[in-house]
Amino acid sequence: MLSFIIRRLLVAIPTLLILVTISFTLMHAAPGGPFTNERKVPEAVMKNIEAKYHLDQPLWKQYLYYLGDLVQGDLGPSFKYKDHTVNELISSSFPRSAYIGVLSFVIVVLLGVGIGVVAALNHNRWPDYAGMTFAMSGVMLPNFVLAPLCVMIFAVYLKWLPAGGWEGGRIEYLILPIVAMATSYVAQVARITRGSMIETLNSTFIQRARAKGLPRTHIILRHALKPAMIPVISYLGPAFVGIVTGSVVVDKVFSTGGIGQHFVNGAINRDYSLILGVTILVGALTIFFNALVDILYTVLDPRIRY
Amino acid sequence: MLLMGKDKGVAAMAANMGKYKGRSLWADAARRFARNKAALISLGVLALLLGFSLLGHYASDWSNETIDWGRLSNIYEQGQPNLESGHYFGLDHVGRDLYQRAVQGSRISLMIGVLGAFVAVVIGALYGAVSGFVGGKVDSLMMRLVDVLSAFPFMFLVIVLMAIFGRNVLLMFVAIGAVSWLNMARIVRGQTLSLKRKEFIEAAFTVGVHPMVIILRHVIPNLLGVVIVYAALLVPEMIMFESFISFLGLGVSEPQTSWGALISEGADNMRSTPWMLAFPMTLLIATLFCFNFIGDGLRDALDPKGN
Repeated sequence: MLSFIIRRLLVAIPTLLILVTISFTLMHAAPGGPFTNERKVPEAVMKNIEAKYHLDQPLWKQYLYYLGDLVQGDLGPSFKYKDHTVNELISSSFPRSAYIGVLSFVIVVLLGVGIGVVAALNHNRWPDYAGMTFAMSGVMLPNFVLAPLCVMIFAVYLKWLPAGGWEGGRIEYLILPIVAMATSYVAQVARITRGSMIETLNSTFIQRARAKGLPRTHIILRHALKPAMIPVISYLGPAFVGIVTGSVVVDKVFSTGGIGQHFVNGAINRDYSLILGVTILVGALTIFFNALVDILYTVLDPRIRY
Repeated sequence: MLLMGKDKGVAAMAANMGKYKGRSLWADAARRFARNKAALISLGVLALLLGFSLLGHYASDWSNETIDWGRLSNIYEQGQPNLESGHYFGLDHVGRDLYQRAVQGSRISLMIGVLGAFVAVVIGALYGAVSGFVGGKVDSLMMRLVDVLSAFPFMFLVIVLMAIFGRNVLLMFVAIGAVSWLNMARIVRGQTLSLKRKEFIEAAFTVGVHPMVIILRHVIPNLLGVVIVYAALLVPEMIMFESFISFLGLGVSEPQTSWGALISEGADNMRSTPWMLAFPMTLLIATLFCFNFIGDGLRDALDPKGN
């Protein structure tokens, strides 16, 4: 088991390296640098700026510089926000995204699995139809529609909740972002849970438990839930990264100051190092959580061996 | 005597053969699809939406670029949706006719959806078929590449591609389609792997048909069902993706527009002109629902076992 975990984590390293290489190459293949949009500066000044950021060096040298810094955990200076390093920008915005994300994730798991299980237990009766209608709408409603809709209803017309901002993460500022973030994930989790729960409930070992006369709640909680969670877990792994790294839309609509905003600003400003930093962070988290999911499988399903 | 009777039966059956029509797989699927009410209604709504996007601009006297100066000063009161003034959907925040803008946006969003899905399906199906068919080291190498690309933050790639291509609508959906083929490739590969062991493929092999010809003539046609279902579900995904990028201000740029761009403008002005948010949002949601119902209908029709 331990050797499997170590092996699984070691495999992640070359994947991450490929990710860094591709992002780096693509970003530098894009025409126009971070300084081309600014007003004309004298040739000599431009040279100095480029030298400062190593932009005058050949690409492979820039790549090696970047890799060297990356190993030491340094993502370099931001090209656009000149007084800040990428590390500073990320460390100021990522905790906010992560805070909203973790809260959303808890809601996704509780509500999604809950709805899914209730729907499966009432297969083809009204709770099933109600749950699945919600899930279908939730999956189809994109969050860039849902988020402004929430603001319009709850902030503009009803005036129950603030339209945006952070304010130290007070609860009334968090509700709408969490709703906008979690809805589609709740819907997906509910759908997956329902499908896999129905399948599990029809399997022979559940029939046997029923024949043995075990109480219904006991069967559901002790016997059915664990195997039914396997497809849910494989969805939740990557979903967790998506939630925690923050939805760009949520950050934009609610001005939470999360990491998504840096991603978009980085793209618009061609801020190479910022967008590379965010990509690498997201990519590393994705790869790490995929590995974690693989490890969780072996815990949930002892038949899986590596 | 007994034998005679059996022969008669066979003869009668042979005589009747002409009366019964064989049911092809496709006719069967069409029948099953026609029985699905939600899918049929969706098809109708979608046809209306398509008509709206292609011909809708004839229905209004305003153009999508002229500014209604007379009402510009007081859009909140006079720019509301109104049949008499000819502004069916009202005015947008700079005084243009929202109906015409919506027609224009629908055309671009639908076009990007369909063509983006088409590009994704062609690349994905070919890639998956080749990978599954060749197998072995090539297969695992090709699939490893797909894995790596899926670990890639998707949106980033599109944004970079757009930085390379410039903000050009035509190239944008090629870019979106070109990075959305990963799932298609996985699905097709899986199907190909099981198809490869079928007798007719082996027969083609033994008579020496070139592998590429086998893929194009025998493997791909047998994958069509899966490919069609996936394509129908990919179109709304593409539309959503394009709208998402335009919503962030990175996609379609003025004077062109799309549902996402319209929703973004609507979201910025929702306090003063809420109809700017309501109309494009309704169009987008209706389209997404329609495509999803049609996709589900097609899946039930083409893959009755899979349900």
